[in-house]
This record gives sequence, structure tokens and C-alpha cells, in this order.
Amino acid sequence: MANGNETEPSKAPATGLSGWLEARFPGHKFVREHLTGYWAPKNFNFWYFFGSLALVVLIVQIVSGIFLAMNYTPSEEAAFASIEYIMREVEWGWLIRYMHSTGASAFFIIIYLHMFRGMLYGSYKKPRELVWLIGMLIYVLLMAEGFFGYVLPWGNMSYWGAQVIVSLFSAIPGVGDGLAEWVRGDYSISGITLNRFFALHVVALPLLLVMLVYAHIMALHEVGSNNPDGVEIKKKKRADGTPLDGIPFHPYYTYKDMVGVGVFLIIFCAVIFFAPTFGGLFLEKPNFEPANALSTPEHIAPVWYFTPYYAILRAVPDKLTGALLMGLAIVMFFFLPWLDRCKVKSIRYRGTIYKVFLGAFAVSFVALAYLGLQPAEGLYVVLARLFTVIYFAFFLLMPVYTRFEKTRPVPERVTGHA
Amino acid sequence: MRKLLSCLFVALCGFTGIAGASSGGGGGGCTPNAPWEQWHANASVTSLSSLQRGARNYVNYCLGCHSLQYMRYSRIAEDLDIGEQQAKSNLIFTGASIHDYVKSAMPAKDAEEWFGRAPPDLSLIARARGADYIYQFLKGFYVDEGRPTGANNLVLKDTAMPYVLANVGGQHKAVFTLQKCVENGEEKMVRHFDGLETVVPGELSEEEYDGFVRDIVNFLQYVGEPVQAKRQRLGVWVILFLVVFTLFAWMLKKEIWKDVD
Repeated sequence: MANGNETEPSKAPATGLSGWLEARFPGHKFVREHLTGYWAPKNFNFWYFFGSLALVVLIVQIVSGIFLAMNYTPSEEAAFASIEYIMREVEWGWLIRYMHSTGASAFFIIIYLHMFRGMLYGSYKKPRELVWLIGMLIYVLLMAEGFFGYVLPWGNMSYWGAQVIVSLFSAIPGVGDGLAEWVRGDYSISGITLNRFFALHVVALPLLLVMLVYAHIMALHEVGSNNPDGVEIKKKKRADGTPLDGIPFHPYYTYKDMVGVGVFLIIFCAVIFFAPTFGGLFLEKPNFEPANALSTPEHIAPVWYFTPYYAILRAVPDKLTGALLMGLAIVMFFFLPWLDRCKVKSIRYRGTIYKVFLGAFAVSFVALAYLGLQPAEGLYVVLARLFTVIYFAFFLLMPVYTRFEKTRPVPERVTGHA
Repeated sequence: MRKLLSCLFVALCGFTGIAGASSGGGGGGCTPNAPWEQWHANASVTSLSSLQRGARNYVNYCLGCHSLQYMRYSRIAEDLDIGEQQAKSNLIFTGASIHDYVKSAMPAKDAEEWFGRAPPDLSLIARARGADYIYQFLKGFYVDEGRPTGANNLVLKDTAMPYVLANVGGQHKAVFTLQKCVENGEEKMVRHFDGLETVVPGELSEEEYDGFVRDIVNFLQYVGEPVQAKRQRLGVWVILFLVVFTLFAWMLKKEIWKDVD
């Protein structure tokens, strides 16, 4: 494989359609730079499947979303009924809708694992800070996208969930009420809100997301991928300038990722075909009743992927402080590259203290997600406070505990391959 | 890495254990018992004959008040393997066309006047409340002279719905006893439900009536998501295809990666 063909600018055929195109459009160049000539470390493990999987789910969401939008009616009077029309009368409508609703949850599972991979192997560290920042921006926009999309079926949980989330703005002193009103376009969530959320969900945010995903990949390919050993493969090169521990992304990782996509699709389709509501977690029971301003669901809880932050919000008695803390919980991730003072990237060679903190953080995140789904009472609130403290301790104490970390020597070259 | 993962796992298990115990112990000694919550419908949409009987029961006993506004007669006829002619003569009593949605003939305005609230549409009741809820509700009626309808319900207290199945299922009396209980060190009385007693037997035996109700529940489960049986049948083939696909993808990957050292 090491003949270095991939880095040589392959001569475009001078004749034929391909040659004609190549003289006018950098198609071959793009493929060479980002697939056949992009050298990735050869030791990617399980955790490295989630980047390409996120791209697959993004495409699933866009395509299924286009077909949903063909049959969905964004209006207060008809939205709920149009979803049932899709489920019952549109050819394969049920499949398209379940793909989209399951895809939303799958997207977040994948993104959370993708982010955790970054934290395991220090992928956010120099020189990849910008890759991490763009990724975090994608994550925040994805949450907005998920929230807007969740309102569209106009079920009772959609309605009350939106009511609660938008009312958070009104906690801001002074301008709060006006701001919430501006977001809703009305005094409470109404058809006007539904229509603007629809516009944002199907046009504005997808456009931004696709652009940011492109930027994320471009920034990554500029600096090169990290790997489970946290070794910079560009430091050891062959005579032809290609990294000793690198392999071209295509065909090696395209074919490897195909296996990942296969396994993912098995799980994804198992949910779509056998448990599309996932026990009320992906599609909640109260959302099969139409939005009703006069009847509040027993427990208003956002969809599972927001519940860690929802638990933090409710752990604080004061609404404004809670909302600020919730926002801060997300903002913290942006500062990770500068909070972490340890030079060693991979958890394989980092000290026990980081492993303990990262483990405690992961447990807190999952625990808060669980607590966010429970009623805010008794022991649940106590636990939510405890895990909120651990959550923030992971970030805020990081500059201290990572400075004095006892790390192990990092090897010169990557160790083995999967 | 493996160690870290197993640590996480153990911590998680421990945590859910604590949370589980807390939610179980929160009740105290004075919560009224609700044994009907353990009545399970075991709803299934795989028996065509049960669904057909359920459709018949529904149009005879429920459709007078409760529409299925997202469901067409033709879809029911097709899915439940009822011929068009048979469907017209056995399911449609409102003069509707077979392609119409299943709508009650009762004007909502009158209904609200008569019952205090318009009877809800039941297209999605199985999805919103669950099949067990419908079963418990239908089996939970008891005689209560204090109510305008003469009936009350264990699951939905003071329901506006009259006990329309009384002739079929018979009249029942709910037996409650007052029992002492202790909450926060204080002695209180709590209403304990001991069971239902038949006062007037119905046209059907207890066992037959249970089947009658279960058929309705199965039918409503089907109506909640008409495609569900097909979805699951199709799912098996989709997963089988994907397993074969993944197997080939894996072999291809092995072949491609042979020269990586």
C-alpha cells in the first residue's frame, strides 16, 4: 500500500466527460484531499465510528425530513392531524416518520459518544481546538434543531415542553418577558410560534448545520485526525512524505466505516420496526394527545437528550440561577481545550486523577439524564444537586488536577491497529 | 480502558439501585390501594378474529359517542380482512361511505350538553394511555347512586361516561372497607378496595365478558397504529438483510485491510 500513489496529484484524463469536468471543477482534487489522499492514523478503534455515523444520520434526517415536509401541515389547526395522516395514509409515511423520530434520538446518542471520544483521547487539544469548537457549535445548533422539531407534531407534550423552555427566557430580569414574547411571537405558545419553529427547523438550522459540518471536517483535515494513542502521526514520515502510521482514508476507513454503518443500521432498524416509541422515551405518550392549553401533562419532561440540563435547571430553587447554570453546563464544553493543562492527550497515558474525574463526570451526565425524567421531589432533587456539583467540578477543577497529573510516557508511534 | 468502562457500569448500577429504592419507598402507609393497576390487557394485534370481534363490539357499543376520526372504514375492512360488502352491512350504521372516516353520528354540542363534556375521539387512546388503561377502565365500572349516570369508575374517578356495557357485563358493586394506617406517626383511616361483586349478572358470563372487553382493547390497539403488525413482520426481513449486508461489509473490510501492518 505504501507506494505513495495517493499523494501524487493523479493526472486527470484529458479527454471525455471526466476530463472536461476536471478542467473546470476541482472534483478529483476534493476526493484526493479528503478521501484517497487524506492520511488517517491506522489505529482507530470502536470510538472512531461515531464521526462517520453522525454524517450518515444527518443525511437520513435531511432526506426523511424532506419527505415529511411534503405531507406535514405547519398550522395550529392541522399539524397534529397531518402527522396522523402521514402515519396512516401516506405511502410508507409511517416508516419515514419513524426514521426521522428515531433518527433524532440516534443523532444525540452518536454525538454524545463522539464528544466522549474527544474527551477520552484529548481530541480537543492543540492543534485541534477549532475542530472541537466548531463541533460544539454543531452540538448547540443540533439541540435547537431537536427542540424545534419536537414542537412540530403539536402534541400536548410538544406544546407544554415548548411553553416551559421558552418561558426560561422570562427569568432574565428586565427584558425577560419581552424576550420570551419575541421568541414566541405571542403571549403564549401558539400557531404563530409553530410556524416560525417550522421555518427554522426545515430551512435555517439545517442550512447552518450542513455548513458547520463541512467546516468541522475541513478543519479536521487541515490538522489531521487524533487517535487512541494521542500520537501525532505527522511527526514520523516515510521518504515520500506520507505518515508511517497513516493509511489513506479511502479505501481503508470507508470500508471499515461501512461495517460500523451496518451494525448501526441493525440497531437503528430494530428500534424503528420493533420499538419506535422506545417505551415512551423517543415518542412520549402525552404527545399522542393534541396540544391543549387547558390540560397540563402530569410530568412535563423534555425529550431524553435534554434531560441532563433539565435536571440541572430544576436542581436550583431559583429559576434565573437554574437557567444560568443550565446554560453554563453547555458553555463549559467550549472551554475544555484551555481548562485541560495536561500535555498528554490519550487517557491511555494519563494519570489516575483524570480517569477518576472523567469517570465521575460520565456517571453524573447519565445520572442527571435519568433524574431529568423523574419528578423533581425528595431524594431526586438531592441527587440532582450532588451530580450537578460533580458535573461542574469536572470542568472547574480541571486546571488544578490536570496540572499535577502523574502521566505515563507516551510512545513514539501508535500501538497496533484494530 | 476496559477497567474504566467496568467502573462506570458498576457505578451506574449502584446509582439506579438507589433511585429505584427511593421511588418505591416514597408512598407511605396511607396511600389507597389500587389493585386494578395490575390488571393487564396483554393486548395483541395478531389475531384477526379478535380484531374483527373488537371492531363489531366497537361499532355496536362505542361508536355511538366515540369517533375514530383518523381511521377509514375501508382501511379497517382491508386490514381486518372483512369484505367490502360485509363491512358495509356490519360496520357502517351511520350512512357513511366505506371511504369515510369512522365518525360518531352524535353532534359534539349535544354530547357536551348531555354528558358535561364531549366524548373524546379514541383513534389514539391506546397510544396516549396504553392498552392496559383501556382494559382497566372498561372493567372498572361499579354502581354508584351518587353519580348522575348511576355509575362510577375505579380508574377514572367520577367519569362522565355511563356504564354502557352493563347489559353485557352485568352490574358490579365495589367493596371498600376503611382501614387504619399510620403516616408520619399519626393514625389515619384509608379507604381499602376489596374487590368487585356482581349485583346483576350480564348477558355474558364473566369469562366471556372478559374476552369481549379484550377484543375491544385489541381493536383500539390496532386503531392506534394500524400498520404495527405489518411493521413488525417487515422488520424481521429488514434486520435479516442488514445482518447479511454487515457480514459482507466485514469480510470486505478484512480483505482491504490485509496489507496494513
